[in-house]
Amino acid sequence: MTDAALTMPRRAFIQRHPAVLVFLACLALFTLAVTLLAEGTGTGVISTSFVKTLGKTLCLCLVALAMDLVWGYCGILSLGHMAFFGLGGYAIGMWLMYARTEIIVAESLAQAPLPPTPDEIRDGIATQIFGVVGASEFPPIWALAHSLPLQLAAVVLVPGLLALVFGWLAFRSRVTGVYLSILTQAMTLALALYLFQNDSGLRGNNGLSGLQNLPGLGDVPQSTVSMWFFWASAVALGAGFLLCTWIVSGKFGSVIRAIRDDETRVRFLGYPVEAYKLVIFTVTAVIAGIAGALYYPQAGIINPAEIAPIASIYLAVWVAIGGRGRLYGAVIGAAFVSLLSTWFTGGQAPDIPLGFYTIKWVDWWTVLLGFSFVGVTLFAPKGIGGLFDWIADKRSPDRHGADLGPDQGALREQEAER
Amino acid sequence: MSTLLEVSGVSVSFDGFKAINNLAFQIGERELRAVIGPNGAGKTTFMDIITGKTRPDEGRVLYGEKSLSLTGLSEARIAREGVGRKFQRPTVFEDQTVAENLMLALRNNRNPLAVLFSSPNRADHTRVGELAEEVGLTAHLGRKSGELSHGQKQWLEIGMLLAQEPRLLLVDEPAAGMTPAEREHTTDLLVEAAKTRAVVVVEHDMAFVRRLGCKVTVLHEGSVLAEGSIDHVTQDEKVIEVYLGR
Amino acid sequence: MWLWLSRLSVCFGLLVAHPAMAQDPGAPIQMLLQEQGEVIAKSSRRTIGPAIDALANSGFAEAQTVLERWQDKAMWVNEETGLFVFAEEIDRDTIRIFDPADGSEIGVVPDDDYKQLKPNSGIRGMIAAALVQFQLGDPDATVRATALDAIERDPEPAHLMALRAAGEETDPALLVRKARLERLLTIRFGASEDARIEAIQSFAGDLGVDVRAALNPLVNTSLRVAEAAPEDAARVLAPGSEALPKDQAYDLLVSEALAPPPLAPDAKRQALIDNSDGSAVAGIAVASLDTEAARDLAYAALVEQGLAEPAATGLEIETALERFVFFEIYTGAPVAVALAAQEALDAIEAKVALNQAADLALDAISLASIYFLAAIGLAITFGVMGVINMAHGEFIMMGAYTGFVVQQVVPDYTLSIILAIPIAFAVTFAAGVAMERLVIRWLYHRPLETLLATFGVSIALQQIAKNIFGTQARPLTSPGWLDGSLVFNDIVSISYIRIAIFVLAILFLLLFLFVMNRTRLGLEVRAVTQNPRMAASMGINPDKINMLTFGLGSGIAGIAGVAIGLYAKVTSEMGADYIVQSFMTVVVGGVGNIWGTLLGATLVGTLQKGIEWLNPSNTLAAQTYMILFIILFIQVRPRGIIALKGRAADA
Repeated sequence: MTDAALTMPRRAFIQRHPAVLVFLACLALFTLAVTLLAEGTGTGVISTSFVKTLGKTLCLCLVALAMDLVWGYCGILSLGHMAFFGLGGYAIGMWLMYARTEIIVAESLAQAPLPPTPDEIRDGIATQIFGVVGASEFPPIWALAHSLPLQLAAVVLVPGLLALVFGWLAFRSRVTGVYLSILTQAMTLALALYLFQNDSGLRGNNGLSGLQNLPGLGDVPQSTVSMWFFWASAVALGAGFLLCTWIVSGKFGSVIRAIRDDETRVRFLGYPVEAYKLVIFTVTAVIAGIAGALYYPQAGIINPAEIAPIASIYLAVWVAIGGRGRLYGAVIGAAFVSLLSTWFTGGQAPDIPLGFYTIKWVDWWTVLLGFSFVGVTLFAPKGIGGLFDWIADKRSPDRHGADLGPDQGALREQEAER
Repeated sequence: MSTLLEVSGVSVSFDGFKAINNLAFQIGERELRAVIGPNGAGKTTFMDIITGKTRPDEGRVLYGEKSLSLTGLSEARIAREGVGRKFQRPTVFEDQTVAENLMLALRNNRNPLAVLFSSPNRADHTRVGELAEEVGLTAHLGRKSGELSHGQKQWLEIGMLLAQEPRLLLVDEPAAGMTPAEREHTTDLLVEAAKTRAVVVVEHDMAFVRRLGCKVTVLHEGSVLAEGSIDHVTQDEKVIEVYLGR
Repeated sequence: MWLWLSRLSVCFGLLVAHPAMAQDPGAPIQMLLQEQGEVIAKSSRRTIGPAIDALANSGFAEAQTVLERWQDKAMWVNEETGLFVFAEEIDRDTIRIFDPADGSEIGVVPDDDYKQLKPNSGIRGMIAAALVQFQLGDPDATVRATALDAIERDPEPAHLMALRAAGEETDPALLVRKARLERLLTIRFGASEDARIEAIQSFAGDLGVDVRAALNPLVNTSLRVAEAAPEDAARVLAPGSEALPKDQAYDLLVSEALAPPPLAPDAKRQALIDNSDGSAVAGIAVASLDTEAARDLAYAALVEQGLAEPAATGLEIETALERFVFFEIYTGAPVAVALAAQEALDAIEAKVALNQAADLALDAISLASIYFLAAIGLAITFGVMGVINMAHGEFIMMGAYTGFVVQQVVPDYTLSIILAIPIAFAVTFAAGVAMERLVIRWLYHRPLETLLATFGVSIALQQIAKNIFGTQARPLTSPGWLDGSLVFNDIVSISYIRIAIFVLAILFLLLFLFVMNRTRLGLEVRAVTQNPRMAASMGINPDKINMLTFGLGSGIAGIAGVAIGLYAKVTSEMGADYIVQSFMTVVVGGVGNIWGTLLGATLVGTLQKGIEWLNPSNTLAAQTYMILFIILFIQVRPRGIIALKGRAADA
């Protein structure tokens, strides 16, 4: 923001943030291109499964935005946002699975000589869903699964409330920095371990499956359904980008960046730091939950492994590679790394024969990713986003090698070079 | 002159070491006060206690007309009550512009939701301009504060403190690392500030304290050793012994 | 009847026998065998009992030998004459046979006429039980011990007599066993109630599994129903309580024919379907039968038309249940004995609980040792240096795989473990130093980035291990002298390997204390961590110290890996399994203090075992709740159990 921006009050939001317009235009173009090329709505150059991959990638970009907001802007390296993402997926998955099983059970019972009673239908659904974990009764947490509006509310409320409670506990005891990261990781691990149990009520390690089939829309081909979700994901990403830009642009953004750089100082300015962190943590958890609710119907299956801490670590990796502290960086990082991952682990990347050993990318991609991540952290802390600065020829302030940050762990030379 | 802050019988110890020992201190509504003392006298801990960073083991810290007890409040709450603090090293937000730094400090609603849904109005921008004028940073409003010189950062921080409109200002070694010209500017700023509020300056530099021309409190081993004008305390036998040496 | 027949057949056999060999068919033992010949030849577990008893109780001196040979499959029968002989095989077709009566050799014959008796294991067990009375008096102590084993395995009433009748026992250990066995058998088979009760009481507070095995059948109960409970009922049960659900109570009434059967939903449904004409049942439209109430109505209509059996309604079930009293009676023993047994069991139970707590404490200590081992390297790198190393778990894994590789090269387990420990230390020390030089050095004071970069290393190392060693678990075999466990009693025991890990943890604690407090390195490490600039100006090279410290922490992780590998399986993911708990241990204990780490490990270990004990079926839940507890614990003590205060804490 320049001096002019400050002294010139009230211009249109978009005018003040041209990056938003560029981003939305790119997103719209991309969506249009995919629509024209897709199997369901266009020429069919892009297969339905690839449309799903692209739609899922958009959802990952959305959760990466949330991660960037909480980490890049507010300095909280949360290793729990993929857990919120998964919870959103579970919430919508419960309705999808219930409603679809209900239809199947109703159909099969319609063949019976007697019309089914409500209890019989309910038992039938329960047996279908929970037979795999040896149960035949609905756990209490499924009480609302029959209702789409209530489960949609759960998509927002469950991650939001968990983040609110956990954040309140963690922030009020002034847990910061790596301690907070470890604590969020522990929370994620606890959640994943809980879901791995068969009696968690969410089918243990089987997870929820068949989510790609929309209840009552069995006749609609997947090529069409995939486009619906693709469009929804694109709209969500656009809206998420707008929301995040709005949050970080004003004085609120100024406060959270200040918290990231020197939380004690902000406290002495009279700001209730914990409340700000809690707002950011909760809002981003909700965004992650929504992203998950859009992602898993495209993936078709969700299981506790998706929630394990490593997923959240990968999320941090995407944001770091894309360039944290700038919203488009997070989007670029998530899209770039996850698509590259798909390409490598999908077996499409050519193997490299070394004579004595052939490098199979399916096996070695993770190694490459791990080491390139170390490389990015060491040599390019600005990530891919740094390229844009280079192109725009943005210069960093010359500090003549003087110390930059006020305290340990605050802003340092390399970080300030934006 | 009514009392703004009254500290009485305050003690605090770290792992058995008594950093503050039965300390008593008072300051009026519009008063400039210098606090001096050798290393380890408890100057910083004293400020930590007033600003809520450290909880005292015993004693009272009463503030304002309503005699609000500060000992149980959070740092942010105490700051909102009108206690401003300047740290020894300049702590401005280096990644943000001078204007943004000042805007952050402006005395406005600090509630996160209020901040999220409001945007700075014309009066705020005017105030930021005035403050920049006051601390001599008008030309640098749009620059990132990380690019400023050490002295400029100190002034920006003083400007931020003024923006908070505190009733009590605690300043920790404001002149450290400044050029003589910068020191003079700083002295003027502090004296000017003390006309409308209470200012406590913690300082090592005798010459600087002398220039402030105010009442001086000498701390030693966590309690008040002497109090009075600079001439009075520099002639005090005990002070000479423990602080001035020889 | 069969006895008589077999005698007849023996006589017949004698008449037609053609005594080619010198064998006395009239020897008393042979006569006895002939008497039981058919049963013996049939060799069925169900019918063989009397034959064995007859032999055992015959009083003939040769009976023992016969039983032993029979048990060893060394008894053959002449298929023509039905005479029994002992035999040993010379080759495939010929056997040398002996007379059972005096053991004298009869001669070498082709085995065509003879059939070997092959008692199955069940029968051999019965023979062994019968042999007991002979063996108890045997001069050889091992034989007497075998006899006691046989009694313990499968006690019989006769054994009680045999035990009492057996002569003075000279071996002290056997004497104790024998006396104990005699009392255990008295509990089961004692002649009078008083004798049994006395025997029961003599075991008060005894933790032996054998005692509980003897007592438990005595307190068996069975559920009965009557208009009124008898006085000797073990307890009266109310229908609808947890011990006796109403369904079960009513089923009992039905099975005792005291009440009509209830109408099961399935039966109702079936009746309705059977009487449906496709559109209506008893005049009620099928389409309307989509609630239980409507179905009840339709069924009632069917009953009225005589098309279905009347069934007990809910109200009738309630009244029936109220009319009768449900109670349990002792079926395992007379009431007095059962009550005494119950009392003894209760006393034992209380003591068992106490001992289980002790066992649990041992388990908790050994788990704590493992967490301590896993965390002590972190306590150095994270606690002392403030460097967060997320690849710490992978160093543990690396150490374990090093141990595995060493075992592939050195087959002797003891030697390989002794070699593996320093090699693992060297390997992970080198890896730690390399990582410090290449990565961590550039990120000091940027903890979040250190965390991320070491994560990168962690996932890369994990995948490399997977690529090299595969995904299946590799065993790290402990030397033979670490097998088995130290047994205090039937409840409290601890395996030697856990003791070894505990000892190792203690050794590491001492080593750590020694290095940090008594060596030049420790002094320099403390200097560098407290004030690197000052340390540097005093001639200490902080780079070198940091490198060595990090290497030391990593090397200890490697040794911990070997120890953990002995206890758990070695997989590429084993590091990830310990990393969160290790960090929790360090954080809970208080960063920067080894005693804190020790307390943290104890707390985390005890907690996990305690929760597992409350819910033994579910270790996942235990971990979940433990982590939740730790999150809450940090609320109370954000800086851990042993917290640094004041200025030091801010540094």
